[in-house]
Amino acid sequence: MRTLKLSSLLLLGLLPLASHAHKTWLLPSATVVTVDQWVTVDAAVSNNLFYFDHVPLRIDTLEITAPDGSTVKPENVGAGKYRNTFDVHLAQNGTYRIAVKNIGLSAFYEENGQRKRWRGTPESFAKEVPADAANLQVSESVGRIETFVTAGKPTTTAFKLTNRGLELVPVTHPNDLYADEEATFAFVLDGKPAANLPVTIVPGGTRYRDSQNEIEVTTDADGRFSITWPAPGMYWLEARLEDSKTSIPQAKQRRVNYVATFEVLPQ
Amino acid sequence: MRRSVFKSSSLITVILAALAAAPASAGELAVRVQIPRIDVAEYHRPYVAIWIENPDQSIASHLAVWYQTDPKKEDGTQWLKDLRQWWRRGGRELTVPIDGVTGATRPVGEHRIVFKSDSPQLAKLAPGKYGLVVEAVREVGGREIVKIPFEWPSASKQVLTSSGKTELGTITLELLP
Repeated sequence: MRTLKLSSLLLLGLLPLASHAHKTWLLPSATVVTVDQWVTVDAAVSNNLFYFDHVPLRIDTLEITAPDGSTVKPENVGAGKYRNTFDVHLAQNGTYRIAVKNIGLSAFYEENGQRKRWRGTPESFAKEVPADAANLQVSESVGRIETFVTAGKPTTTAFKLTNRGLELVPVTHPNDLYADEEATFAFVLDGKPAANLPVTIVPGGTRYRDSQNEIEVTTDADGRFSITWPAPGMYWLEARLEDSKTSIPQAKQRRVNYVATFEVLPQ
Repeated sequence: MRRSVFKSSSLITVILAALAAAPASAGELAVRVQIPRIDVAEYHRPYVAIWIENPDQSIASHLAVWYQTDPKKEDGTQWLKDLRQWWRRGGRELTVPIDGVTGATRPVGEHRIVFKSDSPQLAKLAPGKYGLVVEAVREVGGREIVKIPFEWPSASKQVLTSSGKTELGTITLELLP
């Protein structure tokens, strides 16, 4: 009993570490389609892009925004050993945003000499974590993992900002990307331009080459960055930062993360 | 006897052609597209888009789009996006079918489409430099684009050609002033 508890605690303790080392992603079966078609999406956490070699990405907080701003339910949801999958019916003309949002607090503390770990929301924190908890360490995370799919003509209504965490603003539309052409995007942090933010872009297909071939760029004063796509294919993009803009005073640190999958088409 | 009849009728054709070419408004643009025979186990007729592009590659005029229109088969519009360049440049903004533009896929052979200068496809074309673009894509096959630059309207009769290597044969653009 005791060993079991210990091992599960160890496992939990390792989780945040694991999420740093691995790549999270949503991979759509197509990004440019005609209206009334379907796409199927894989959700996974892996070392290699885009292969299912580690664990599925949880999709409890999946949010699919239709071109008209409404929320669409995923269909045929499946849970696998290495990936979760779901289908999206593209009934409307325009761009759909498919996003997994991870917003929450995590805490470590001691109660009666026992080390405890807690996860929850700012609302549940006061109720569930004892006010006199010893050695309390609280951190907040705001993460977004997304991809975009367009039926017909690309639109931008689904990009409505939530003004929380890192969000991508399309200058070039993410479903209008072509090899050898330059694309420009902007990042906002809590709705304001995210200047000087490092952004990492990795082309898919890493299993069949010896290096990651990362492309590193940094946003300018307006939060903008540009990239010229070296070849057609699927690309993984990540930006992350840490700050102290937490929603409760007990949390000293906030981790903000953004991941997106883009498809770059041949000319 | 037979020969003389033939001769006189061809003379009439020449006269008619001369008359048709005479007025300034009778400019004409014709495109001949060769769809080559391809020796494969599973052959499907290609989807073909033919359009006129501006120097910035935006579409000045859609001339023809041939796709699977048979209502008894699966909805053929879902593969229009595979005409990748046409889709990007403007196909995705259209609702098909379009009268006088869209039609069924064509078999192997040469196909000719003709437009008068006062046709809906050409009437709004301002004088200037353009490109004729022919894009073909075949199910379980390849994709190819052939471009022919030209000026409109043409001061003289011109025949411009270019050839594809895989999915398209010779493309001929005939311009009449």
